[in-house]
Amino acid sequence: MTLSDKVERGPLFFRDRDWHPAAYAPGYKTSMTRAPFRPLVSMGSTLSEETGPAFGHSMIGLLDNNLIMNFTGEPAIGERIIMHGRVLDEQGRGVPNVLVEIWQANAGGRYRHKKDSYAAPLDPNFGGCGRTISGPDGAYEFLTVRPGAYPWPNRVNDWRPMHIHISVFGSGFGQRLITQMYFEGDPLIARCPIVNTIGQDKAIQALVAPLDMNRAIPMDCLAYKFDIVLRGRRQSFFENRKEGL
Amino acid sequence: MQELDYLKESPSQTAGPYVHIGLTPNKLGIEGIYPFDLGESPIKEGAQGEAITIIGTVQDGAGMVMRDALIESWQADAQGIYPGNDPRGAADPNVTGWARIIADFDSGEWTLKTIKPGRVPFPDGRLMAPHIALWVVARGINLGLQTRIYFQDEDNESCPVLQRIEHRPRVNTLIAKKTAANTYRFDIVLQGENETVFFDM
Repeated sequence: MTLSDKVERGPLFFRDRDWHPAAYAPGYKTSMTRAPFRPLVSMGSTLSEETGPAFGHSMIGLLDNNLIMNFTGEPAIGERIIMHGRVLDEQGRGVPNVLVEIWQANAGGRYRHKKDSYAAPLDPNFGGCGRTISGPDGAYEFLTVRPGAYPWPNRVNDWRPMHIHISVFGSGFGQRLITQMYFEGDPLIARCPIVNTIGQDKAIQALVAPLDMNRAIPMDCLAYKFDIVLRGRRQSFFENRKEGL
Repeated sequence: MQELDYLKESPSQTAGPYVHIGLTPNKLGIEGIYPFDLGESPIKEGAQGEAITIIGTVQDGAGMVMRDALIESWQADAQGIYPGNDPRGAADPNVTGWARIIADFDSGEWTLKTIKPGRVPFPDGRLMAPHIALWVVARGINLGLQTRIYFQDEDNESCPVLQRIEHRPRVNTLIAKKTAANTYRFDIVLQGENETVFFDM
């Protein structure tokens, strides 16, 4: 067994649930009837959480991470951006070969979904989804347009900040995570009840992607850098498995 | 004092009402980007074991069936081996183990067709009862909810995970009820009376 094998298979770090958003967050009205009222049953991870599905690079199409071109082959309208970063674990190690999926509204804030009836029009050349597999060092990238802000039925005048939804897998099913990336400087971030389901400002800042001029392509597109951190894994050697159980 | 230099896990956010755009675009009607949606079935033709169907709903605290829930399932093969990175060896090649299940846009009912998993060891070596791990996300759920499906016709008494549930009547919320041959019912209740047990594991 190599070191990396050992690391990949160990028990998961415990989740810091004070860092994550609370389930019951009255500012975000829908959470009020969708939050469990009874305490979660807590225990260490088992093989069911430490193992997880594997995805191959071969399942990814050439344009899957290019949202500007992947819908019709004609370019979508909007502010062209590269979204890139690394999938890391809590020990700062790159997590290779994991599936990263994103979805978003178009440049006007309209989603291609039957339930979205916002007045902004659909872009005939924008579908709104992309996916990729992280590289050997955990790196990933997408080419897309910056999504617009949009109103949503919560309080009378609530608007979501510009954001891209991100779904990511680790090597274990217990690392499964969905989150949202926000953009540096957006004044709607501080006003958003969904952002504010997160109680700690440092945690909110962890979801705000800075403008990355080093990765921008002159006369072509801007770039934002967004690292995604998954639960770490303990080493399984020398562990007294019976402790506390 | 030195600082603990661990990174913090990226905080979760809700999957929102439009999760299907990203995770099941073809089922939503966005065709032509991906040839098919991922996770359509956790098994392939020829998978060993007892073929079963599990049907259920996800209900909110007002008793309403949710039509925008997305569930992912993860399970072992009939011998209790997980596909992929199980340290004990290789699983049945016809079991991929993972499925992505959405509630029907009209009825809110979801269906999982799979094989019944074998027993998997708990960290101390005792065997857990056969189960399928679930991860539930939706609009209004800020952090994906972890739960498990167990089966009415198995020995669940000796499962070390179920034994850890202090409020014994609540164990029943994790047991899929047999409704016909090879068919089970498993309703998930997010809040209130008969609230499903959710785990922090």
